[in-house]
Amino acid sequence: MNPDITRERENATFNVEKLTHILDGGIEKTKRRREIESLVISDPDFQSEDLNFLSRSERYDAAVKKSAQMILKLREYGISDPEEIYCYKSVFRGNHQEALGLHFSMFLPTLYTQCNKEQFKKWVPLAESFKAMGTYAQTELGHGTHLRGLETTATYDPATQEFVLNSPTITSIKWWPGGLGKTSNHAIVLAQLHTQGKCHGLHAFIVPLRSMNTHIPLPGVVVGDIGPKFGFDEVDNGYLKLENVRIPREHMLMKYAKVEADGTYVKPPSAKLTYGTMVFIRSMIVGEASSALAKSCTIAIRYSSVRHQSEIRPGEPEPQIMDYQTQQYKLFPLLATAYAYKFVGQYMNQVYHRITGDISQGDFSELPELHALSAGLKAFTTWTASEGIEVCRMACGGHGYSRCSALPDIYVNFVATCTYEGENTVMMLQTARFLIKSYQQASAGHQLSGIVSYLNESERRLQPQSVSSRPTVVNVNDLASLVEAYKLRAAKLVEVAAKSIHQELQKRVSQEDAWNNSAIDLVRASNAHCHYVVVKLFAAKLGEIGDTGVHSVLSTLALLYALQGIQQHSGDFLQTGLLSVPQLSQVSQRLKELLAQLRPNAVALVDAFDYCDEMLNSVLGRYDGNVYEHMFEWARRSPLNKTEVHESYHKYLKPLQAKL
Amino acid sequence: MNPDITRERENATFDVEKLTHILDGDIEKTKRRREIESLVISDPDFQSEDLNFLSRSERYDAAVKKSAHMILKLREYGISDPEEIYFKMYLAKVYPLDLHLGMFLPTLLNQASPEQMETFFIPAWNLEIIGTYAQTEMGHGTHLRGLETTATYDPATQEFVMNSPTITSIKWWPGGLGKTSNHAIVLAQLHTQGKCHGLQAFIVPLRSMNTHIPLPGVVVGDIGPKFGFDEVDNGYLKLENVRIPRDHMLMKYAKVEADGTYVKPPSAKLTYGTMVFIRSMIVGEAGRALAKSCTIAIRYSSVRHQSEIRPGEPEPQIMDYQTQQYKLFPLLATAYAYKFVGQYMNQVYHRITGDISQGDFSELPELHALSAGLKAFTTWTASAGIEVCRMACGGHGYSRCSALPDIYVNFVPTCTYEGENTVMMLQTARFLIKSYRQASAGHQLSGIVSYLNESERRLQPQSVSSRPTVVNVNDLASLVDAYKLRAAKLVEMAAKSIQQELQKRVSQEDAWNNSAIDLVRASDAHCHYVVVKLFAAKLGEIGDTGVHSVLSTLALLYALQGIQQHSGDFLQTGLLSVPQLSQVSQRLKDLLAQLRPNAVALVDAFDYRDEMLNSVLGRYDGNVYEHMFEWARRSPLNKTEVHESYHKYLKPLQAKL
Repeated sequence: MNPDITRERENATFNVEKLTHILDGGIEKTKRRREIESLVISDPDFQSEDLNFLSRSERYDAAVKKSAQMILKLREYGISDPEEIYCYKSVFRGNHQEALGLHFSMFLPTLYTQCNKEQFKKWVPLAESFKAMGTYAQTELGHGTHLRGLETTATYDPATQEFVLNSPTITSIKWWPGGLGKTSNHAIVLAQLHTQGKCHGLHAFIVPLRSMNTHIPLPGVVVGDIGPKFGFDEVDNGYLKLENVRIPREHMLMKYAKVEADGTYVKPPSAKLTYGTMVFIRSMIVGEASSALAKSCTIAIRYSSVRHQSEIRPGEPEPQIMDYQTQQYKLFPLLATAYAYKFVGQYMNQVYHRITGDISQGDFSELPELHALSAGLKAFTTWTASEGIEVCRMACGGHGYSRCSALPDIYVNFVATCTYEGENTVMMLQTARFLIKSYQQASAGHQLSGIVSYLNESERRLQPQSVSSRPTVVNVNDLASLVEAYKLRAAKLVEVAAKSIHQELQKRVSQEDAWNNSAIDLVRASNAHCHYVVVKLFAAKLGEIGDTGVHSVLSTLALLYALQGIQQHSGDFLQTGLLSVPQLSQVSQRLKELLAQLRPNAVALVDAFDYCDEMLNSVLGRYDGNVYEHMFEWARRSPLNKTEVHESYHKYLKPLQAKL
Repeated sequence: MNPDITRERENATFDVEKLTHILDGDIEKTKRRREIESLVISDPDFQSEDLNFLSRSERYDAAVKKSAHMILKLREYGISDPEEIYFKMYLAKVYPLDLHLGMFLPTLLNQASPEQMETFFIPAWNLEIIGTYAQTEMGHGTHLRGLETTATYDPATQEFVMNSPTITSIKWWPGGLGKTSNHAIVLAQLHTQGKCHGLQAFIVPLRSMNTHIPLPGVVVGDIGPKFGFDEVDNGYLKLENVRIPRDHMLMKYAKVEADGTYVKPPSAKLTYGTMVFIRSMIVGEAGRALAKSCTIAIRYSSVRHQSEIRPGEPEPQIMDYQTQQYKLFPLLATAYAYKFVGQYMNQVYHRITGDISQGDFSELPELHALSAGLKAFTTWTASAGIEVCRMACGGHGYSRCSALPDIYVNFVPTCTYEGENTVMMLQTARFLIKSYRQASAGHQLSGIVSYLNESERRLQPQSVSSRPTVVNVNDLASLVDAYKLRAAKLVEMAAKSIQQELQKRVSQEDAWNNSAIDLVRASDAHCHYVVVKLFAAKLGEIGDTGVHSVLSTLALLYALQGIQQHSGDFLQTGLLSVPQLSQVSQRLKDLLAQLRPNAVALVDAFDYRDEMLNSVLGRYDGNVYEHMFEWARRSPLNKTEVHESYHKYLKPLQAKL
């Protein structure tokens, strides 16, 4: 054990184990999580060479191997609870992806929720036994966010009672689905349904892609891998071109909409049902944002405690880089953010489960708010977490750039969340639509409830109008007062956006153009709304914590989170008159104090995330802090070191020397 | 040609070619650049499969092949001007021999004595000696004095004994060190006659010049895969009692005599020049990386259609969304700004180099300080900007076919190499604080920091209420002034923070560290001011009305967007009022709409050929989808219809369930 990091742990002022229980949601959950993690870690079948040393094809190969083993092990250990499966997989994956990911996360769930009884009986056993290995093919080369724009067609032929599937244009080729390229022999394909000469919009079809015996693509199916990406090297994201592929009528998923034998189309009862899944996926992504950031902070903070560099005081030994104020300023607010997002993720998960209960009772009333909130929070958290991971990486100096730090892997695999499952700007604008609608309702005299109740006229009337006209009441040392400030900022920015739309409308542009011409303000309003929600939830979480030591350190983190947000957006707070110029200087000063205050607890706070070395897979983030020996050992395994002299010397350099 | 992108080009209001000449310097330089580019592009030996399809070892192999070929071609065409070589290297994207050309040869030229030049230069020129420059160690980067490698002089044999005494002292990171080089210039602590004389440079043979096998005592290899730079064998080097002759220490300045007597170099300032040069090159690189990224994202945004603005109408080009414009156009303006800053730094560097050779070092400290901060300022914003461009391309930006992942991973290390950015910002801050104190003590400052003079600062506003605000948000000169006053104010705040800390009776050094956040902020504001000022100054040089008009719009956009992003600073310092800030927001939206018709033409003017961009999304003809499909089909995973893993793992799995 590195003595520096031991000293850090000795200096902590709180009980790390207790905080871990809070993060897991109870001592029992911590215990069970660790049991599952040990199953993976102690299993010799899961040991493999660092994937970074392999070629893409080898990485895919290794991932398929692991996926296949994992399926067998899950059955062997009898792990079936979704959360436990998730836990098992996240250890198993490390910072990488699994090859059969979409089979579990999209193919099976879609079968469970959208098959009618007969379809369920046929397909679920096939899928659960992996005879049918599937994926979910929605996005096309030319179409992502805008579902109505998808071009793939499924035309019903009553003569044979079949659908004829086609990719009529180059832009209609299915593009991106994970596992589509090489792994899957089936896909649920979203296509425009045409029957009796009419288009009925998007529907889902089960399309066989490859022979279930030989795995060779079926006639009319052009399928393959879309090529290397920023990350996700293990996954065969694929393309799919359908050329007059005929599938039986019962391959359309018919739990809700139906096409009868003669081609008669029967509408689904409600459109809101699909909201639920999206909300669930987005709330999972918020949780991922926190995990990715927590891992990155663990690596950067542990490394900062063992790395010595330069000097603060001349003549003294080189200090730990964590002693530099600039290093603290980079890392501690991100640490606070990681905690904040953990609690937001927990909250969204709880709300989702509560509302799912309501929905199954036919009560959809809370869904729009949650849907709007999940869109914005997905964008808000993934953007900041992505940037944060890179800050952590660069805070490790040059060594962060090495794949041995694991930070490049964490970044490239996480950053995709900013553009998938709803591109972030589009997500922000969805939330804005809900906010503006709520604002307009409130302005029309309706009383709003829930998280947007701050938009009620009565609340907004309390708002300041300008710096001079009223005394400022925000107390920068009081978290509750800061939550209030974030709330009023959000209210003000929603109002600014609404007014911008109004002004545009006065220029006689259409409603839609007015919206587009105010989009910058709308995104800003959404952002402020999400920021308010995060600060509010962090503050609320503190109320649940009994242990004094843990409560104290989390309170410091929450205050740091809130104040740093104010400093970063100081323009908003000054502009809306919520803070005065002298208060802003106070904020800066207080921030510095909080950094110094957190310094002794920094390592303990990342220890509490409880990522074992096998999950971090980072030489810089090792629990024992012995980074240099292991960097050297890792480097020596680099494929370029397999021979002392690389073949390129004989092929190119020696001949070059002869010619000069 | 895609009709959307054709229409964009038809709607441009200025002459693209004229702007290209301005970016290159003049029409002759554009011509010469294009000639050189054509030499490479038309050369079949430079064609290769997309490196993204290859394994790391194959990529290294391909890069060595290209390096070797490039050196032969440079000699064949007689290209020897450093700037032209740079173009060539940059085009052909070769890496393993970069440090031989970029550091090993120049260090010999600058630091070898005449006798050493005779011994080493010709073999190095002919690639018999392939060299690199080994400075950083596993445990030591920024802080040179902390390096641990030792070179101990043994007068008995007239040799230096080189050692890596600890694990942290292993040389780590130098490009080309792992597999390519047979020599390295090694920085080591010189010990002679029982005394340490600090860092000196030594030429250390690493591998046999015949067999390329590492020499006894030399443990050398590749440091493993990285975020980017897959083609480069960044290496490690552990020296175990490696003996080199006395004349292998570079002795143009400092010397060790045969008996071990150490002779000091005449001046320490000489090494400043190289650092300034490298940093100014990096600023130019920031401009280029961002320009390429904008080219890709803006062209793609003109051919990509998505969603709807007005119901019932066809899906609009995504560039019509205000949010898309707000992401991309300020970055486009930034790319132009950095191009001009890079030009400026290059000119100043050449002018000052002339002065230095005349023995005049007076301007060096200012340029040194400026180059440190600007390096950090531009690389941070450009890195973040590349990712914004990538994500503005939606999911397809994530594919390697967009080229944006490659641009990012190969550019972003500039934030941590050649001086870690925060350290660079603090270097600039040190100069600013020193200047501020001089001014406060009554000295009259000149040059770029003259705004710190008492007289200038006295013009500054004290609070919102006490004086009328005079900034005109439509006037670039007025905005340059606002940036200047912001910088002055933030330098003052940082200086005051140090002062307050000192009053708490902490040491000078602790006071500095406890004010480091404010110091970085001050440096940032200083650099921002310099960039806005140089952009505005460049406009004065432009005669063509059309080009002048569009660049003026860009400059205004750049300045106003910076104000919006840092609105807190401008409000806090009383430079802008709240109503003015609303004006800024409104004006920004107007400028985005105004730039919209010229966006594609503005990236065309950067004049990156498709072969240089290597991006399917950024194609000049806008035909992205066909080429994405074609590119994907070449993916190595598509070599067989059924991947072997199916037979190895999936089929057995199915059998077991």
